[in-house]
Amino acid sequence: MNYTKDFLIGLYRQMVLIRRFEERVKYLFLEGVMPGTIHQSQGQEAVAVGVCAALEANDVITSTHRPHGHALAKGVGVEPLMHELFGKVSGCCRGKGGSMHVGDLNKGMVPAIAIVGAGVPVATGIALSFQMRKERRLAVCFTGDGAVNEGAFHEGVNMGAIWSLPVLYVIENNRYAASTPIQSAVRVKNLSERASGYGIPGVTVDGNDVLAVFESAREAALRAHSGGGPTLIEALTYRITGHSRRDPCNYQPEEERRTAIEKEPIRRFAQRLLSHETADQAELDRIGSEVDVEIEDAVRSAMAAPDPAPQDAFEDLYA
Amino acid sequence: MSRLTIAEVLRAALREEMARDDRVFCIGEDIAIPGGWGGAFTVTLGLEQEFRHRMIDTPISENGFCGVALGAALMGMRPVADVQYSDFLFCAMDQIVNQIAKMRYMSGGKLTVPLVLRAPVGSTGRGAQHGQNPEGMFLNVPGLKIVCPATAYDAKGLLKAAIRDDNPVLFFEHKLLYGAKGVRSEAGSVDASSEIPPEDYVVPIGEGIVRREGSDVTIVATLLMMHRAMAAADVLSQRGISVEVIDPRSLVPFDWELVTSSVKKTTRLVVVFEGPKTGGVGSEISATVSELLMDYLTAPVQRVASPDIPSPFSPVLEEVYRPGVPEILEAVTRIV
Repeated sequence: MNYTKDFLIGLYRQMVLIRRFEERVKYLFLEGVMPGTIHQSQGQEAVAVGVCAALEANDVITSTHRPHGHALAKGVGVEPLMHELFGKVSGCCRGKGGSMHVGDLNKGMVPAIAIVGAGVPVATGIALSFQMRKERRLAVCFTGDGAVNEGAFHEGVNMGAIWSLPVLYVIENNRYAASTPIQSAVRVKNLSERASGYGIPGVTVDGNDVLAVFESAREAALRAHSGGGPTLIEALTYRITGHSRRDPCNYQPEEERRTAIEKEPIRRFAQRLLSHETADQAELDRIGSEVDVEIEDAVRSAMAAPDPAPQDAFEDLYA
Repeated sequence: MSRLTIAEVLRAALREEMARDDRVFCIGEDIAIPGGWGGAFTVTLGLEQEFRHRMIDTPISENGFCGVALGAALMGMRPVADVQYSDFLFCAMDQIVNQIAKMRYMSGGKLTVPLVLRAPVGSTGRGAQHGQNPEGMFLNVPGLKIVCPATAYDAKGLLKAAIRDDNPVLFFEHKLLYGAKGVRSEAGSVDASSEIPPEDYVVPIGEGIVRREGSDVTIVATLLMMHRAMAAADVLSQRGISVEVIDPRSLVPFDWELVTSSVKKTTRLVVVFEGPKTGGVGSEISATVSELLMDYLTAPVQRVASPDIPSPFSPVLEEVYRPGVPEILEAVTRIV
């Protein structure tokens, strides 16, 4: 496939934005400046960016307890996201959601759903509404390898399949459900094999290759739009940070981890851009610096933003 | 005006709301299968002939279809999910408690979740897994509204109000009050039919009603227990005790104004609810009235409820489980 330079640079920029956002947040959290707990996606950027590059602005995604990358890739801004992580009224959920529930439906992202697998039926219902109203829109459910053994996953994918709904189920397989390795939780080799049980196509792609992810999502989107129903996409990736908080990842074998870091998506994509002469190192460096400025501005404004008033706790429950 | 049963008016309310608003649709198990029953209690019978694309039959996947209803509601649809038995709500607890009830709050008030979950309750000869009254459990879940109609008039008006509400509404229906006919009729049914006006009306969620005025004691009860309370009040009036019966009709929001003003007048309160006594609906009402009205009460608040056991099958044992007129008479006699 031929891609424009703008498109490729856009993918790179988004992946760098997610990586540096996550790294900055990790630092703020370890410093004790940021409240709560965090689940981060360093190493998994190509899945969020590749899939969202295949979507339109009015397509809708659901996400998980590890949602920062999905939010940035779908267009929830750095500032409303950072403000939310600080629990500020100016955050994308007015400080009521926090890290595990970031989202903005105006940008096509349901507040992230932090119960594993629970987003699957919700995405199916979103797609049902598109089908009932004959709207040419897609729902995309980002979920993880840990979700495939939840009942909600089974019920949700099955309903998407029997009704031929315009929905993509994207399993971000980072090989660990918290600390539990995937091979101890399933007997199939590829999680995409599960698709055959629902009578829908399933594909396994290199989730650290942003263009491979994009192409599989694009193909699935075209199929869904033409009435072909859902696709199960398994994107193989690796989390090169802890599951949450201060997790030192002692359960990840050292050799496995080293190999995974060598295959991480941003460095790989940078090499492609350089070897195809799409960009030179100076341009890539400039993107990094621009992204850093954007993130620092967001951190500064978030820390200066007012906290919610205590009585705000009682608002926003009922319409 | 025509006299209609609860099953009939619920069907009429769904039909009228679907005709009025094309965002309204029904989803659930066995609700629209040609040759089927229109749900377990005939409520949706025949609606698929008029609204084929808005009657969504699902596989047996309660957690799944509650999540599907949520997703559709977030996109502006107004789903009415039919949960065949309220016992099956427990299969969907994650979607109901973690997702449906909390989505608006977690979004900082930016999202609305206009959906209705219809769920039949009541101990009715089916044993422990098809006869529970889980209303009280959901009182502990902020973000839901909870409705419990005891008459056909209220059932129709409250279902319309629930469908038009921008919040998730748990709509509990009692199996012995449906008035379903033919092979789907229930042994031991109570007539809850009403004269139904031909014009459109709603019963506002959160407004209770005085079913019977009295001066000596207030009884608060919903669903089947409201009918039992009315029967007990008849007996008590022959004994010279004047009973005020209040049907709150909704549990969330609750009409505290109506209940507290009645208790201020009668100075005594008996709350009657089906389902285990501990942590139930009656406990909450009793606690709140005790907090608010200690200076008015002349006797301790009495709870009449099921014992803390599962609903047993044998008709003899079920009679022990389900509160009835004798238990209400005993409670009133204790404090008057």
